[in-house]
Amino acid sequence: MNTGPINTGPINTGPKNLGPMNIVELAGVTKVYSGNVQALRGVDLVVEAGEMIAIVGPSGSGKSTLLHLIGTLDRPSAGTVRIAGYAVAKMSDRELSALRARHIGFVFQSYHLSEGVSALDNVADGLLYAGVGLGRRRELARAALERVGLGHRIGHRPNQLSGGERQRVAVARAAAGEPDLLLADEPTGNLDSAAGAEVLSVLLDLHTSGTTIAIITHDQEIAQWAPRQVRMRDGQITQDGGTGTGRGLTDAWKGATI
Amino acid sequence: MSNDGNQSSGLNGRAGKFGRRLSPARLTPRDLFRVGLFGLRSRPGRVVLSALGIAIGIATMVAVIGISSSSKEQLLRQLDKLGTNMLTVEAGQTLFGDDAELPKTAVPMTQRIAPVITASATGQTSATVRRNSLVPEEETLGLGVSAATPDLLTTLNGSVRTGVWLNSATSRYPAVVLGSVAAQRLGITHSGELVWIGNRWFTVVGILNSLPLAPEIDRSALVGWSAAATYLGFDEHPTMVYERSTDASVEDVRDVLPRTVNPQNPEEVKVSRPSDALAAKAAAAGTFTNLLLGLGAVALLVGGVGVANTMVISVLERRREIGLRRSLGATRGQVRAQFLVESLLLSTLGGIVGAILGFCATVVFATYRSLPPVVPAWAFGGAIGATLVIGTIAGIYPAVRAARLSPTVALTTA
Repeated sequence: MNTGPINTGPINTGPKNLGPMNIVELAGVTKVYSGNVQALRGVDLVVEAGEMIAIVGPSGSGKSTLLHLIGTLDRPSAGTVRIAGYAVAKMSDRELSALRARHIGFVFQSYHLSEGVSALDNVADGLLYAGVGLGRRRELARAALERVGLGHRIGHRPNQLSGGERQRVAVARAAAGEPDLLLADEPTGNLDSAAGAEVLSVLLDLHTSGTTIAIITHDQEIAQWAPRQVRMRDGQITQDGGTGTGRGLTDAWKGATI
Repeated sequence: MSNDGNQSSGLNGRAGKFGRRLSPARLTPRDLFRVGLFGLRSRPGRVVLSALGIAIGIATMVAVIGISSSSKEQLLRQLDKLGTNMLTVEAGQTLFGDDAELPKTAVPMTQRIAPVITASATGQTSATVRRNSLVPEEETLGLGVSAATPDLLTTLNGSVRTGVWLNSATSRYPAVVLGSVAAQRLGITHSGELVWIGNRWFTVVGILNSLPLAPEIDRSALVGWSAAATYLGFDEHPTMVYERSTDASVEDVRDVLPRTVNPQNPEEVKVSRPSDALAAKAAAAGTFTNLLLGLGAVALLVGGVGVANTMVISVLERRREIGLRRSLGATRGQVRAQFLVESLLLSTLGGIVGAILGFCATVVFATYRSLPPVVPAWAFGGAIGATLVIGTIAGIYPAVRAARLSPTVALTTA
């Protein structure tokens, strides 16, 4: 039996040196919405630990649905979804919540920060449902904010921050608990290119330190920054760099002066 | 399951990377309180308005209870001061329905009952009291003229506002002591003035203070026993006997009084305890307020609907926040709990403010009416209990709605 009960702490204290393992495993996944709308028509996708992938596609390609399924916010109509090794199909809503709390971090296009709450507490609240005490949450939040280069903005409220800074706070919130998977949904969609680059550089930092990252975007330029690109169209994957190719860096990264 | 199993491909049927089953972390009460407060802090204006509804309801109820308790307290204190050990004996009616009269010996007979401390009597005369002879005889102003035994004032525990009480000398001459209401209606404010009783002038020697236990004395002009016989044709039969005994023996005295006062016809005697009326009034002070309490309850109900409404709107507006929390790992139960706590805090806030307002209203009213301000502890307990119940009921529907929202809303609403 496995030792170390999972619910003692939110933070991934588990071994990180087990070698490549699959964080995301989708097999034959379809999703049909009411009205017989086929959003996904048989998707197979495996993402290994440490990869950085970009899921690219025009709107209506099914990439948002894919994001919901990978983020365990929704269940597939058919096929299997495994996230961090957990088979989503058989899990209750409570278990899925716990899975999200401990293994997945989300970054949204529109930041979703709480107005009137300091950057520190915005990040700390990201760990609320992982069962971390308030003191420890703030400690981790401080560390995460420093990691995204906002150590000097800890007490600032969202309306005192620029768009790029807000999104970096959101990245810090997603990364504070060191999740197995960081899902970023159009993370630069609301930003100008300079602020977008800021956010991408933060994601790069996280990637180089071993975080598995999936960026969902319609922007080809953004997608080029990811070592592995998965292209979608009409609910199907049309092109995939291949499992395991998402480690390492792209030339774009290497050339950039960040 | 071993770690080796975990290390290999993820498709071999194991439940997870690090453990068997996932179970969500519980929120500590402190965290629950913080998330509940979070929603209130972000919309202070709306919080104030919807808490106001609850506050008005609670304030109404607390004030109604407080004011009625204050008047009750005053009556009880008054009762305490007046004593409950006085009984009165009155002539009732004969078996044939005629007015009975008490024997002339009624007072000395009553005094012979062992626990009786003091006994005295008044006897109604047929005379009227007027300001002067020019006032028509029919204008009695609702006042009567009675003969009084010398120690009546002692028995009644009464006092003279101005002038003196009848003594053995003035009891034989045309002198009169006026009850408080009688003096007021006749327009007499000082002793030494004259009033027309029967067919002659009587000198006012004193005016009494009000006697809450004997309101009939307040409306009487009292003359001496023998003066009444001499000048007003009084038959010397007492109409009303007053006695005080020790507190413990009131019931025993009550039992023997009819036979003692009128041994031949004890059934023609009516014994009563004037303090009972006051005690009943004190008890009634609490019950008259049911209507107002009902009004307060309606206000509270409306306040509760206001809270529910605020919470429903809040849920609609905060779909993104709910989605975010779900994506951060909040379970449905935790979202539900958050909104319930928020609703509870909202109504408790209103309840506390309302209780304070109600208390202040009671103090102001009581001070204005010179009552002792009293708000019973159960009123506060009830107020807090009521707000908790209202907060819970008002919060259930919005909380359930919030928990039912799909976790994907945070991503779909940009």
